[in-house]
Amino acid sequence: MKANTSASHPPYPRWSPPPLIANPLLRWGALLLGGLYLLAAFSTLEINWERVTAGISRSLQVFVGFLQPDFASRWWEIQNGVLESLTMTVVATVVGTALSIPIGLGAARTLVPLPVYLLCRGMIALARTFQEVIIAIFFVVLVGFGPLAGVLTLSFASIGFLAKLLAEEIEAIQPVPLEAIRATGASWLQLVTYAVLPQVLPRLVGLITYRFDINLRESAIVGVVGAGGIGATLQTAFSRYDFDVAAAILLIIIGLVWATEVGAGAIRRRIQ
Amino acid sequence: MLRLENVTKQYGSRLQALHPISLEVPAGQVLALIGASGAGKSTLIRCINRLVEPTTGQIWLHQQEITRLPPKALRRVRRKIGMIFQEYALIERLTVMENVLSGQLGSVNFWQSWLRRFPPATITAAFELLERVGLPELVDRRADTLSGGQRQRVGIARALLQNPNLLLVDEPTASLDPKTARQIMRLITELAEERGLAVIINIHDVPLAQMFAQRIVGLKAGQIVYDGTPQGLTPNELTQIYGEEDWSHARDSESETKVAVDA
Amino acid sequence: MPVSVVRGQKVWQRRDRATALKHWLGWIVGVCLLIGCGRIIAGATNWSFVWDAPRQGSEFLGRLFPPQWSYMVELGRPLWDTLNMATLGTLISIGIALPIAVLTARNTTPHPLLRSLGLLIIVVSRSINSLIWALLLVAILGPGVLAGVLAIALRSIGFVGKLFYEAIEEVNPAPIEAITATGASPAQILSYAILPQVLPSLVGVSVFRWDINLRESTVIGLVGAGGLGLQLDAAVNALQWSQASVIFLVILLLVLLSEAISARVRRAIT
Repeated sequence: MKANTSASHPPYPRWSPPPLIANPLLRWGALLLGGLYLLAAFSTLEINWERVTAGISRSLQVFVGFLQPDFASRWWEIQNGVLESLTMTVVATVVGTALSIPIGLGAARTLVPLPVYLLCRGMIALARTFQEVIIAIFFVVLVGFGPLAGVLTLSFASIGFLAKLLAEEIEAIQPVPLEAIRATGASWLQLVTYAVLPQVLPRLVGLITYRFDINLRESAIVGVVGAGGIGATLQTAFSRYDFDVAAAILLIIIGLVWATEVGAGAIRRRIQ
Repeated sequence: MLRLENVTKQYGSRLQALHPISLEVPAGQVLALIGASGAGKSTLIRCINRLVEPTTGQIWLHQQEITRLPPKALRRVRRKIGMIFQEYALIERLTVMENVLSGQLGSVNFWQSWLRRFPPATITAAFELLERVGLPELVDRRADTLSGGQRQRVGIARALLQNPNLLLVDEPTASLDPKTARQIMRLITELAEERGLAVIINIHDVPLAQMFAQRIVGLKAGQIVYDGTPQGLTPNELTQIYGEEDWSHARDSESETKVAVDA
Repeated sequence: MPVSVVRGQKVWQRRDRATALKHWLGWIVGVCLLIGCGRIIAGATNWSFVWDAPRQGSEFLGRLFPPQWSYMVELGRPLWDTLNMATLGTLISIGIALPIAVLTARNTTPHPLLRSLGLLIIVVSRSINSLIWALLLVAILGPGVLAGVLAIALRSIGFVGKLFYEAIEEVNPAPIEAITATGASPAQILSYAILPQVLPSLVGVSVFRWDINLRESTVIGLVGAGGLGLQLDAAVNALQWSQASVIFLVILLLVLLSEAISARVRRAIT
């Protein structure tokens, strides 16, 4: 560096990185509010320290339970529950897909008139709003305890996922083949089956495998409110502190989820 | 200043990217490395600062052999070697100043670099360099808002903020239009002359290389097939480096901005 | 061969015989599987209840409405707890998932063994639903918001960690090379070359998960982990449907609000 540049040149300004929020009032205000919120949130946690210390020895029991899972003593219930969860997953994924395709088509703005679009979008929003367990409460009231309520729950929740993403895929496809098929004077159904579905089919299969995966996980919990599957058995095991039985169930769930993830990944790789 | 002795690079079991290469570059020399794509130019300059580990051979920088250095010592050596890249390699979401200052990361500890607390002398040097490369008013602009030429100027400022003795330049003009390409080459060679740096430039554009370099090294399939002056680079020699082609036109259009040898 | 010659004429078929056979076989197996599953479910269903569903449904609606609005005042604290479970749980999970993601991403992992360990943690965390984590934690720590916060956090580590490490693996390697060439330390390379590149996706993923967690934290109270779910459980068990409908409406508002916030943040950062 040449010495004369700094001598003849006015001094450079001090430099500090430009802040994320330019307005200092807003920046410090946001920081202060965030800090206050965290403080308030932590102070209202109401931790029962006696119970927590007691929990430490209990977590040891959990750990031991995981090392020696007890598959045998409740095998009948576990087998039943897992089988129910699996069947619920299969049926709900199929039913969910069957319902999602028409609703997804209807929720694609490029294909349908506005009233149909709004109706389908409304159905999707409804299906997405509530957590599966809350939906399950409704269906249990409607059709009674048992796996049917679970199937209805998972099918309904699948619509919120599959139909929404399917509609987004359809809206994103290339418009040229659509125009070409329209130009041949095809009907709406022909348009859908010839120009739309072939383009989104690989993505749809991918989405279905994702949803299968999600449904399997959810099928393990809707039993907590009586909608069938392994959830009820699991809850019983935990409430009796039978950690070895709970561990056995959890290991089965982890194994199944892992297996479906691997299988789904293989399917997605094959079709894409 | 820089001396390579029988440097080789082997990728896997089959691909020999560099056959034994020996090369000496004195301080203040601008050397252009030319050759077809895949001739090993990129590998060679990356071996010098060990972004690519050479398989065998020795690299001497100021009487220091660097191929066996442990990580910490290697980082110290790298701080004295500036590097400029084809696609600029800026951090897009950071500002121009932050990108330039990244050239001095070696001089600050982690927390200082996290908080962007660089010594005032470094910041002054960065301002001076930004002025020298012609971007004084873009200090706080984000790098992804700049044009290609502006980005490369930031890249040059980053490399020079390191106060290097050696500048490694990898295809600095390949993504630029002919006019900007010349401006960038002129800037690099001027700065190198001001500071007495040794420079190795990988370049596809033969006329541009002849215009700005003092020495040309031609690489073919990992071997040096030409080492001499820009004037000595005849169509014959070009055929030796690149293979059969009508080279006479490239020689004629030396003073034009035409890109003769395309990637 | 999709095109075959039958009686001197070219006939085009969509698939050749072997593929067509395979497709048919696949469909038959699938349909049989579906029927089998359907029979299992039908067998476990009490059909008299199902046929009664329309009457049950209309009666149920009658009990839901009108909502008992005065119950709203009792929901302030559970609402606050629900919000805290989602927010604190997400923050904790980000703090844990970030180092795990760095250890797991192919381009930043210090050792393949650590990468496998990271993947294992992510798979275990992802396989188990927040509600199940809550069951476990309520059994260990007793009922309360703390169990809820930790359940949300434990479930989110896998989700956030997976998306974080995928984001790290997708960064542009050129700036990393450039920063390495300046002689920067590995920690500096991480903070200067990688972090700025992944920051938008980190924020996006975190806000996305916070949105999901808010939904989840409305139900984990059903197993004793505090928040709106606890009130819902009490209302449902006491068959106080006019109170339950107030809770449903509060959840609806909460979800709409969080979706609006998360959509805005995600639009702002891209």
